[in-house]
Amino acid sequence: MSGMTPTLLPGSLASRSNQTKLAQAELQKLPQTPLVTIQASKSHVALNLHELWAHRELLYFLIWRDVKIRYKQTLLGAAWAIIQPLLTMLIFTFIFSSVAKIDSQGIPYPVFAYAALLPWTFFANAITTSGNSIVGSAHLITKVYFPRPIIPIASVCAGLVDLAVAFPMLVVLMFYYRIGITMNALFLIPLVLLTILLAVSVGMWISAINVKYRDVKFAMPFLVQIWMYMSPVAYPASVVPAKWRTIYALNPFVGIIDGYRAALFGRAFDWKALGISLVVTLVLLVYASHQFRKMEKGFADII
Amino acid sequence: MKPIIRVMNVGKQYRIGSPQSSYLTLREALTSLPTAPFRWLAGERSSNEETFWALKEVNFDVYPGEVVGIIGRNGAGKSTLLKLLSRITEPTTGRIELYGRIGSLLEVGTGFHPELTGRENISLNGAILGMSRAEIAKKFDEIVAFAEMERFIDTPVKHYSSGMYLRLAFAVAAHLEPEVLIVDEVLAVGDLRFQRKCLDKMEGVSKEGRTVIFVSHNMPAVTRLCQRAILLDQGKLVDDDSAPRVVSSYLGSAAAESAGVREWPDLARAPGDEVVRLRAVRVRSEEGSITEAVDIRKPFLIEIEYDILSPGKRLSPVIICHNDEGICVFSSGGTSQRFLESQDVNYTGRSVSTCRIPGDLLTEGGLTVTVSINTIMDGNFTHALERDALRFQVVDSLNENSARGLYGGPVLGVVRPLLTWTNKPTRTSSERLSPSADSSTAAR
Repeated sequence: MSGMTPTLLPGSLASRSNQTKLAQAELQKLPQTPLVTIQASKSHVALNLHELWAHRELLYFLIWRDVKIRYKQTLLGAAWAIIQPLLTMLIFTFIFSSVAKIDSQGIPYPVFAYAALLPWTFFANAITTSGNSIVGSAHLITKVYFPRPIIPIASVCAGLVDLAVAFPMLVVLMFYYRIGITMNALFLIPLVLLTILLAVSVGMWISAINVKYRDVKFAMPFLVQIWMYMSPVAYPASVVPAKWRTIYALNPFVGIIDGYRAALFGRAFDWKALGISLVVTLVLLVYASHQFRKMEKGFADII
Repeated sequence: MKPIIRVMNVGKQYRIGSPQSSYLTLREALTSLPTAPFRWLAGERSSNEETFWALKEVNFDVYPGEVVGIIGRNGAGKSTLLKLLSRITEPTTGRIELYGRIGSLLEVGTGFHPELTGRENISLNGAILGMSRAEIAKKFDEIVAFAEMERFIDTPVKHYSSGMYLRLAFAVAAHLEPEVLIVDEVLAVGDLRFQRKCLDKMEGVSKEGRTVIFVSHNMPAVTRLCQRAILLDQGKLVDDDSAPRVVSSYLGSAAAESAGVREWPDLARAPGDEVVRLRAVRVRSEEGSITEAVDIRKPFLIEIEYDILSPGKRLSPVIICHNDEGICVFSSGGTSQRFLESQDVNYTGRSVSTCRIPGDLLTEGGLTVTVSINTIMDGNFTHALERDALRFQVVDSLNENSARGLYGGPVLGVVRPLLTWTNKPTRTSSERLSPSADSSTAAR
């Protein structure tokens, strides 16, 4: 009975010797320079685009998740994407058109308002959700590494689905009021991109501040409200006296909304206002990503 | 030999009060704003901002294929080190160079969303852990099979039992194929079968020649899985050597800290009811000193101190000891007639019951003590209960007088009694010892 092994010994010890062989094989593959160096960051690179690109699949999955769960357990589901701007449009039509008799530049007021409410609703939802996104992702941030800007960017992008759902309603309205689509409509594409860029800048910045100052959550609804009334959503930009127009256009949403209307209704673009919007948006983007970079180091420690 | 991870002079400083309450409100920031320059002038800049080093001057290299355990008491800096290695937070000083792709598992199921189905969560969780879409698609069936989840894969995970949830989460994690795997206490969750599966998988990973960094309180697991262990104490690297040696020296030093006590200073918050409340549980060596680590050969005492608040009951204190694998090793209570009749039923106030546990009974490793105080005379009733009240270690001193004798390897079993072995020759002088004689007997 000499073949019996003592059960006192578990099997694991015997297998250790072949481990080193494999390790040796792996040895040759090691790169000369470190793949990653972790240290207190000194770099002032605002946004590591290379790293963001490397993580694009994660961005895709996070967007996909946000879209997927947004209307889970809701009765009306994606219909909310239409209901939100549509109801606001009806209220605006009553207050601003029927009661206040605002001049909508010869466009039927409902279409006039809906054309602005479409990008505005997207923008307002985008900055609200992305503003809360970092705090809401504490469980990810404290447990796994990936470039943090992905979180607010994904929140903004997920809102695009709502925009797409609400868009056909605009076409229906335009058809109903017999407003023809012109070549100007092609400008919608760069305009949507500019809106996304602006939403990403603002959302990213707010999301980072929110980690440190939880007041942001309470201030957000007011900020969004005030911003809307400071933008020509319910009224045309021409209401503002000409001499104030340039200062007014420093609000990047002024140029954007004006642009949407010009694109949809075949009007002349206010290139100056659009130019200011673009510049302000880019400045905001650089500033916001810089601030984000500065604050993101502390996310895992204070969230 | 070239290391795959180089940790160079790494330190991490936190502000006190940090992780919990360091986010300010805007009001606090604004109200402190006007006075800030004056305080700065007065040189007060950092005085009300106490800091401490969670890690300081930590240096070590990890070589490809090594399995390194990181051990130390709570607050020693283990989690901070893991967070630095997984790039979740940045070091204050020093740097870490990584020469391989790192996958870190600080928990299983990171990013699982309850509303999504198992299938959807596999993709999402995989992406979060760093797998590519192609990789996830390729391993999908394997993951589902590992989790034994085929039937429920299209059910939202919120309908899963916690066991199913963990199985799925671990299945995804187990299919991660980084060059360096960082694992934190993942094994501390789940049922016994699941924990076994995790341990086996970990062992498999290390045999494939991948580098693993493993943080755990489970000392037997560390000695079993790791060749090398790093001991941290108060943010400093104090020992770095072969795992069995570091583990035993850690357990030895833990004994010197005499942490083998749990007390409830506030009567109102102590576990219990209007009859009796627990006040303290202690592990004492036979000589009477409080200890966290007991010698495997020596008897020791578990002492339960409690306040009797209303008279008239005979009380039975009970201890239940679980090992690190969650197995109940034994339970014992003051339930004998002699013990109960020794009590004065009219007594109220402080009382101490002591249980003596003989030496050469338990095996080495951590034990967690659950304590309760019960009445058993008219039906069983539990008055006070504290689960996992106290932890202590049974330390194998590798002394030849212990149950292991001269044998140096691992000893199996949840207990390690010192049993008597005898030996005597049974062959009479006339018998011949030969294989042919044996087989002929068996054939018949």
